[in-house]
This record gives sequence, structure tokens and C-alpha cells, in this order.
Amino acid sequence: MNIIVCLKQILDPEIPARDFRVDSEKKEAARGSANLVTNIFCENALETALQLREKSGGRITALTFGAEVAEDTLRKALAMKADAATLVVNDGHPHPDPLAVAQTLAAAIRKIGAFDLVMLGRESGDWGVAQTGGLLAEELGAPCVSFVDHIEASGDGLIVKRQTENGWEKLNAKLPLVVTITNNEFNVPRIPKTRDIMMSARQPITKWTLEEIGVNAAEIRAGGSYSEVVDLTVPVKEVTCEFVSGDTLEQKVERFAERIIEITRAL
Amino acid sequence: MSDIVICLFSGSGYNRATQGVVGAGKRLANQINGRLHALIAGAHDPELNIRVASVADAVVTADQRELIRYQPELHLNVITQICRDIAPRVVLFGSDTYSQETAPRLAHRLGGAAAGDCLELMTDGAAIRVKRSVYGGKAIATIELKRSPAVLWLRARAFEPVDTNLASVTTVRRTRYDLQPDDRTQIIERKSEATGAARLEDARVIVSGGRGLGGPEPFKDLQELAAILGGQTAASRAACDSGWCPPSWQVGQTGKKVAPGLYIAVAIRGASQHMAGISDAKNIAAINIDNDAPIFKNCRFGIVEDYRKVIPLLKEKLAALQK
Repeated sequence: MNIIVCLKQILDPEIPARDFRVDSEKKEAARGSANLVTNIFCENALETALQLREKSGGRITALTFGAEVAEDTLRKALAMKADAATLVVNDGHPHPDPLAVAQTLAAAIRKIGAFDLVMLGRESGDWGVAQTGGLLAEELGAPCVSFVDHIEASGDGLIVKRQTENGWEKLNAKLPLVVTITNNEFNVPRIPKTRDIMMSARQPITKWTLEEIGVNAAEIRAGGSYSEVVDLTVPVKEVTCEFVSGDTLEQKVERFAERIIEITRAL
Repeated sequence: MSDIVICLFSGSGYNRATQGVVGAGKRLANQINGRLHALIAGAHDPELNIRVASVADAVVTADQRELIRYQPELHLNVITQICRDIAPRVVLFGSDTYSQETAPRLAHRLGGAAAGDCLELMTDGAAIRVKRSVYGGKAIATIELKRSPAVLWLRARAFEPVDTNLASVTTVRRTRYDLQPDDRTQIIERKSEATGAARLEDARVIVSGGRGLGGPEPFKDLQELAAILGGQTAASRAACDSGWCPPSWQVGQTGKKVAPGLYIAVAIRGASQHMAGISDAKNIAAINIDNDAPIFKNCRFGIVEDYRKVIPLLKEKLAALQK
């Protein structure tokens, strides 16, 4: 089974709010001292792919569309034991619109060749657009299942389990298929071994330009034909916390309970 | 060409999220002087139909046998068909998983553009703009949709309901559609965690537990506490990833986005990832042993104590005060 896992490198979403700034000119988060990391749901997707390969075999290609520095995300994927890695270099808009991303990934996947299963994170921790999977499925003409947290091989297809509002659904799926992955207790991404991290530094990464994959490069670089960010601001929040006080634990809890009742009565 | 379609999946009735979508559609229709269509897919729900028909100008259902239960490809096909006939300027969805799965693909098929988890809808001349929360709730972006239709899914509770006037109800058109079978994906088994309870997104009060609870057992206490307050129980990602509670309880950027009147965070530090899911909560209270925990920065009130000591007393006090 040929599996392609799409990964996105993002600004570390765990940076504290007090260190967060936006560049209102570029309508981007300012990089500041924050690290770049692989989006967590993308790592959940890779972990799910690795577990599927361990059980049923297959070949995993990690694919990303990003700046040169996104190579780090692919090195980590290789260290987690993806079989191959491809970077489509983005030298245009720093966050192209979701359709531009989907068209680029689709073109890269066609160039990689035959695929059975394409896996993505359900959304990213920066812009949280949550559309790449669905749009990519349409670009590839494949069906799509989202919020998937488990996959197993079954005959010449798959059984996938997706989360719903209050439970889950299992689907029989034929290949090829696009899935978006959400997290559960079984797909927490593995920590790569030191030896594998060292080996990954020497492994080849395929790099393609937009021209090489045969998309409308000018439109992808402009990256705003589908939707456009016209404003980005940091909301001002003014909340001061009242720490309940009291001489004894009981008094403190009593005050805490009173505040709860005040608020719930007013709802 | 200023028709609006609100696209609903039956199954949760006329709940708060649905009311918000209907309300948003109605207000937008008034604003752009458009006709409001409602499309209701899934099992026949007369109560839902009539409520929606009292607000919308036209209601069409897709409730034939093959569509009673959600099947991703089949539902997308029929929704696409119906939208093509109406040729709307805007299509609105709720924020349930079916809606999120359908909206971007529908936008692609209609040559439109989608945006999700919208907090606000705006029209600027002919342009449709939305506000959405980005970077884990640390920033708010205004997005302009550059293609038509704009296909939007709305965050539950971010939009106010409108009154339903059952005295004037439009006709509900139940049509049979010519469906091409599509068995590339087929739902074969479903399970709902047996809760008669409301969805987390609709809860007025939420009691939520995090990594600091140290195991699954304390969630029983949190459930009891929630029950006293007529609320629901939720959890942080750390607690769900540890398997202490079902994934459907997860609140945060990577879980559900909730907007209760009161959110009580128990042993949750308040990483930005978690805060992104509760940025619309009207009041946040916290129980945490560490007075430096970031959660307190967003709290209306808090108690710095070990939750193990607080919870039993708190249950007692609340029960007494409720009387």
C-alpha cells in the first residue's frame, strides 16, 4: 500500500499569549523567538500511518509544501521512520489559501505516482483552516473521511473509524482514499530514537519547485484567489482573577461556591 | 442571485447550534435582501422541519431511505445537487463533524470558497467576510471569500437564535432525488456514548478536568459536580490522550470549541491549546494547586488549592446553596 502523509510546519502553538505578536502589515504572526514545529495532528497522522504499516505493510512518503526550513519537519518524519520525503518549496505567499495548498499537494502526489491512501491532520494549530483534506480529496477525485482515529486493512480496502459528536462510526472504504486524522490515546506520536535522528540527517529529500510539479505557479504564489486574510488582530482581554480568600480551606471553598451560584443564577 | 442556503443534518433536533445557524441565515437574508432556503438532510424530523419552516422562505428535505443515516459521499452528492439548483450566494452549516466534513468539498464542487469555525459574518458591498479565531485563539482574522458561493460553517453558540413564529410556516418540500449509488465509503457501524445529555457545545455550565487529576477516577467527582450545576463534563487533551475519558469530551483547539456561561477548570494548567477551545466562555473559574498556572490569567475567579481537598467540600456547599 502506498501511503502519503501530508505534514505542515507551523509556529509553535504553545508559545504563551504574552509573547505572541502579529505583524499587521504581513497579516502573519511575528516569528519572534518561537520555534517551528510539526503540526500535532499531522504527527498523529504519521503515527497512524506507521502503525498501519507495521501491521499490514506498505510504503510511507512524507510530503510537505512549505519554505526551505520545512525540511526539518521532513527530517523528523524520516526519523520517525517514514520511507521517503518530498518537499515542494514555497517561495510565494507565506500562507497560501487552502485551495492553493490542496492544488499543490494534489500535483505533487500525482508526480510521486500511484497512491492508495493520503493522510492529513484534521486541522493545523496556526490558522486552523481544516479544509486541506476535503479540498485535496476533490482535487484527486477520491472519497474522503475526516476525524479518523484508527485505520486497519481489510481485504483490498480499509476499515476506518471516525469520531463523531458523541461517539464513533466505522466505515468500509475502498482505495484510493483521503483521510484526515484526529488524536486519540493510541496515536500519540512516537519519539524518534537518537540513532534514527542521526540517520535522518543523511537521508535524501526530494525537492520540487512549483514549476516542476506543473501547477499554475503564479496563482499558487499569489495564494489568495480562494480566500484572503484582510485583517489580523490580537483581541484585548481584560480579566483579573479574584483568588478567593479565607482563613480556612472551608471558608475559601464556601466563597468559591457562592461565586459559582451567583454566576449560574444570572445565566 | 442573493439566495442563502442553510444546510442542516437532522438528528440533534432544533438544538442551540441549529438555532444559531438558522438565526445567522435569517439575519444575513435580511441584510442582503435575499431568500432564505433551508436544506434538511437525514431522518425525517417533523418538529425540526416546522421550526425551520417558520423562519425560512423555503424548506427542502432530503430524507429518502438512503439518506436517513449519514453517508459521506451520498450526502455530499445530494447537497451538491440541491445547491446547484438554488445557485446560492452563501451556504451556512453548523460546526458538527458532518458539516465540517461536507463544507469544503461542497465549496469545491460549486466553484465557491469555504471558511470555517466562523464567529461573525459581515457583508461589505458584494463581498462576504467572516471573523475567525486563529493561532489558538491568540488572534482574530478577518477573511474575505473570493469565490461564490461562500460556504461557511459557524461556531455553535456564536450566533443568536431568532424567534420562530409557528403561525406562519412555509411549506416543506420533500423531494426524492435520483442518487447514484456510491459505495467507495460505507458506514457499517455506529456507536453513541449513551448520554441523553446535551452536546458540550450547547452546555450552559461545563466542569472540565486536566492532566493534574492524575487518573480516570476523579472524573466521577467532576461528573457529580456537573450534575449539581446542571452542566456537562469535559476534559483537556492531556486527559483524553491518557485515555482517562472519551475523546468526545475533549475541549481545546484540538477538540471542541465551547461557549458555556461558566467553565470550571479543575487541575488544568491552561496551555494556549486548551484556551483556544474556551475563548468564548462567558466566565472561567479554576481550581489549581499552582497560582502561576496560565489558566488564572483568563479566570473570573479561582482557588489555589489541591483539587482533592476542594471537590468534596465544594459539592457539599453547592448542594446546600442550591436548596
